[in-house]
Amino acid sequence: MPEENPIRDRLLTGLALVFLVAFLWYADNYFGAYTQRILNNIAIFIILAVSYNLINGITGQFSLEPNAFLAVGAYTSAIFTLSPEEKIRSFIIEPMIWPLSDMSLSFPASLLLAGLVTALMALLMAIPVFRVRGDYLAIVTLGFGEVIQVVANNIIPVTNGPLGIKGLTPHTNIWWSWGICIFTVFCVVRLVNSSYGRAMKAVREDETAAQAMGINAFRIKTLAFTFSAFFEGVAGGLLAHLITTISPSLFTFMLTFNLLIIIVVGGLGSTTGAIISAILITWGGEALRIVEEPASIFGFQYEGVPGMRMVLFSVILIFVMLFARQGLMGRNEFRWLKLIAWFERLTKTGAKAK
Amino acid sequence: MDFSFATQQIIYGLTLGCLYGLLAIGYTMVYGVLRLINFAHGDLLMVSAYVAFFGIIIFSLPWPLAFVGAAVLTAMIGILIDRGAYKPIRKSPRISALITAIGVSFFLENLALVLIGGRPKSFPTPMMFNGSLTLGQLKIPVLSLWVLAVTLVLLIVVVTIIHRTRVGMAMRALSRDIETVSLMGIDENRVISFTFALGSVLAAFGGVMWCMKYPAVEPFMGVIPGLKAFVAAVLGGIGNVTGAAIGGLILGLAEVLIVAIEPDWSGYRDAIAFCIMIVILLTRPTGIMGENLPD
Repeated sequence: MPEENPIRDRLLTGLALVFLVAFLWYADNYFGAYTQRILNNIAIFIILAVSYNLINGITGQFSLEPNAFLAVGAYTSAIFTLSPEEKIRSFIIEPMIWPLSDMSLSFPASLLLAGLVTALMALLMAIPVFRVRGDYLAIVTLGFGEVIQVVANNIIPVTNGPLGIKGLTPHTNIWWSWGICIFTVFCVVRLVNSSYGRAMKAVREDETAAQAMGINAFRIKTLAFTFSAFFEGVAGGLLAHLITTISPSLFTFMLTFNLLIIIVVGGLGSTTGAIISAILITWGGEALRIVEEPASIFGFQYEGVPGMRMVLFSVILIFVMLFARQGLMGRNEFRWLKLIAWFERLTKTGAKAK
Repeated sequence: MDFSFATQQIIYGLTLGCLYGLLAIGYTMVYGVLRLINFAHGDLLMVSAYVAFFGIIIFSLPWPLAFVGAAVLTAMIGILIDRGAYKPIRKSPRISALITAIGVSFFLENLALVLIGGRPKSFPTPMMFNGSLTLGQLKIPVLSLWVLAVTLVLLIVVVTIIHRTRVGMAMRALSRDIETVSLMGIDENRVISFTFALGSVLAAFGGVMWCMKYPAVEPFMGVIPGLKAFVAAVLGGIGNVTGAAIGGLILGLAEVLIVAIEPDWSGYRDAIAFCIMIVILLTRPTGIMGENLPD
């Protein structure tokens, strides 16, 4: 059995990062546009899944807000990266209101602003919601998602209404999306391993007991919620500048549902699980497009059924909840120690076989 | 704004409120017994609408038969959802049940999308529900009278069942303490199934009447009414059936009257329920008729 060794672990993590960067460099230069787009999507979904898991899995407060926070983040950053001339051109129903119409920021600054605005929104929401029991959070956040769509459709001088905002510069590339992705994972892992993170887990396991130990449950829940909202807002900004067109109908509950499947399949409460599952499901979702297209299987003509993927996904979700609630990782995290131990066992059994 | 306009709007508001109330009762009963937000409840509205629609259009049943068929089938689906999805995880943490409920809701919606298609279908409203009575300047749609009458009758039936029958007594007992009740020799699963069936029947009536009011049947039609009905249930005090009906009425009235007073706000109609929800949570989380629930 290998021993705990922080220096070795850090070295290995650094090495893995170097490999990842090399892979991304290769992808950036040699992969086709479609593959690059999937890679960008994967990075954004990792950010979302990891931060969503922080509130749902680690802190155990069930919320359904990512589509709302994505929308807030996407709109905030999109509004601020358009130049004043572009704003005049695209806001054709009603011109944009004054202070916003003249403002313009660089892409990184707009991402930061998107995160901050979203975090503020989360803070305002947390105050009424965490006064009562957790499952109200689910409904309030779900309702918030619907309201954001209603608002985005109606405040035309800010959001351009149902037409949405078009023609954003595609700032998001492999480096931005994966850079922020790695930064998010780093921040969340550090938070989870800090005393705040342990307090979050304590609140998840038993709120009353945690409070008896001197944890302010309300503050911890609010912290987790605001923290995850920040990264969801940033991811919204990334998404907006990846697809370059945003409209209210993009941010439906479907997005939240996809993320919920990701964190449930990965194992609620495991950051590693969220990452693995975000990769699997984003990539698998693309691969599953086959079931919605016409095809012929063994001579039978199969009409493509639009919507079939969502049926499959909901069946997967129910199935995992009923029969495999641990998901892929349960609440375990990836550790180099375990990997090394696993390798050692593998080589030993290999040696015995000889 | 004159008197007849106000009365007219109040009638519209009450009609909408009754429909919310019918759905809210189902939410509140299931939440009272299982402490579970049954996300799939709103989709039962869609199920009953489709059953009634196909009953009338394809099987050309007379409408009363189609409506009864819708109620029976929806009740069966309600029981099936409980048995298939919620019963296996009754002992596990609440969060799992909630996730499963969302899965079931999505499954129903997308199954309808795959099987039937997303194009809205226009609901064939029977002749006798069309038209309206004219009283001076007032125009009262016949449907509104039906909705009010049916809701009142159903509410009385449900309250009687809960407070005057043995199964109702069992339901009330279950909402206090499931384990003790099963020790008393009551089959808790049968009572829970009955709760789901009762809630589903109300949702079915709500669904059919909803379609006569807004005659477009489509797979996602139950989402928004379901969400608002849950707000109504919280407003009335979750777990309390009369409270849910009152909450529904208040919500319906609020939506119609606010838009009537300030037509510019009509775009924000769907946001009103959410704002009401935030206000209740800030001021009186137990709702109008609710009692403090033990944590």
